[in-house]
Amino acid sequence: MQIIYILWLRQIKRYFRSRSRIMGSLGQPLLLLLALGYGFGPIYQKAGGGNYIQFLAPGIISMGILFTAVFSGIEIIWDKQFGFLKETLVAPVSRLKIMVGRTLGGGTVAILQGLIVLLISLIVGFRPENIYFLPLTLVFMALIALFFTALGTAIASVLEDMQGFQRIMNFLLMPLFFLSGALFPLQGLPKAVMAIASVNPLSYGVDGLRGTLIGGAHFGLLTDFSVLGLLTVIVLVIGSFLFSKIEI
Amino acid sequence: MIKVENLTKKFGDFTAVDKISFSVSQGEIFAFLGPNGAGKTTTIKILTTLLKPTSGRVMINGNDPAKEQNAVRRSFGIVFQDPSLDDELTTWENMELHGVLYGVPKPTRRKRIEELLKFVELWDRKNDLVKNFSGGMKRRLEVARGLVHHPKILFLDEPTLGLDPQTRNHIWSYIQNLNTTEKMTVFFTTHYMEEAERIAQKIAIIDHGQIIVQGTPAELKQQTKTNSLEEAFLALTGKTIRPEEVNAADRMRMRHRVFHH
Ligand SMILES: Nc1ncnc2c1ncn2[C@@H]1O[C@H](COP(=O)(O)OP(=O)(O)O)[C@@H](O)[C@H]1O
Ligand SMILES: [Mg+2]
Repeated sequence: MQIIYILWLRQIKRYFRSRSRIMGSLGQPLLLLLALGYGFGPIYQKAGGGNYIQFLAPGIISMGILFTAVFSGIEIIWDKQFGFLKETLVAPVSRLKIMVGRTLGGGTVAILQGLIVLLISLIVGFRPENIYFLPLTLVFMALIALFFTALGTAIASVLEDMQGFQRIMNFLLMPLFFLSGALFPLQGLPKAVMAIASVNPLSYGVDGLRGTLIGGAHFGLLTDFSVLGLLTVIVLVIGSFLFSKIEI
Repeated sequence: MIKVENLTKKFGDFTAVDKISFSVSQGEIFAFLGPNGAGKTTTIKILTTLLKPTSGRVMINGNDPAKEQNAVRRSFGIVFQDPSLDDELTTWENMELHGVLYGVPKPTRRKRIEELLKFVELWDRKNDLVKNFSGGMKRRLEVARGLVHHPKILFLDEPTLGLDPQTRNHIWSYIQNLNTTEKMTVFFTTHYMEEAERIAQKIAIIDHGQIIVQGTPAELKQQTKTNSLEEAFLALTGKTIRPEEVNAADRMRMRHRVFHH
């Protein structure tokens, strides 16, 4: 426990010590909320969708969590390059514990980031339907955060340097985000797009967040919860296996 | 304590370590010497579970680092050749993290950290971020950190590189003291031959992945009919200058610095 705690604490400290990172990662969600929210708002309303900001905010919150989580996971590449990883690799500690500690740390950071984006959404005009659901919202934020931190860590375990990182941005993060229902409703989509969206883990996170914040989950909250929960466990196990194979 | 038989490590078809054999008994101070690129760091990485050997047998405190990793990891401490501190943490936090990872109980941990930090004269910098430290300060901290859990075996890969003679002596006397009082086995590499001659009880010289000679400092000098280990070393490995390594990690660090400042 103490080992998981100290590895968690390390990530938290690193996060609060890099204020520029916190500020920098807030610009994008704010921009999207303003540009898309107000830009597409009138069309969305005309098409009978209601208030677009209400629909969009849970998607942008998911995005904030997604990006922070994957970046935290990928920080392992920095640790590799700057040498600190060696210190953890030679420690007499199970790789699963290291994985869990890192994931909880990165996950916590991602949740914090998600809460900040939620706050920004409130300022921009978003209003949750039912504040009693907020604890459930937090559960889904945590699931998105943990799953994607673990995924980032697992991927980063097999990457050598930051070039692979750029590729991940382009070929993983962007498609995950755009094909998740974060920006548009999943109802009535072409079959192909729908098929992709329903194998995209982020879709279930976005759906869960939206379901708890404004109601009307597409897959259902229980499905969202089970899919994300199960995937998180699987990725943690695969991740610690890949982690144990790292050679320096 | 350390037993290596016919150890070989290949990267692709390049042989970095070529059928080396040696052994180090408990409480011995062993110097592993050789020019740049000889295969010292690669050997240390295999002994400390970071790399898998291509072939050969290795035993560390009775366990195989390729199989019984955790048992091996519990038995040693290491100061790596390359930096391995977390720059975003303070001196104290780096030490504390290490102590917790190695399961040192809190009261002992606190006491040892204080003692070690005072010893390497970083106690009054204990709450400063490591990223603001000079190379020498980081090195001192790494040596101190490697000793927090009082390991049975201490691996030191060029531990004193870039330190002034005062600090080098200071650190070695501490290590020698642990070596006598706790029978700690020490395996180290260095380019300072007078250091190896003074500290080591046994020496192996490796070049191009092969061990060319081993014995006590006196035996090596006798064999080469020289008066100092430095002369013996040059007589054995020749006088051509070996290229300095620039590895991917160094390049990365350089790029990072340029990028951020
Ligand atoms: N991961 C690696 N891939 C390919 N070659 C490597 C790798 N690590 C080390 N080498 C090569 O193996 C040789 C021995 O390196 P090393 O053990 O670091 O030497 P030393 O520590 O004695 O200076 C060098 O030629 C080095 O370039
Ligand atoms: Mg070396």
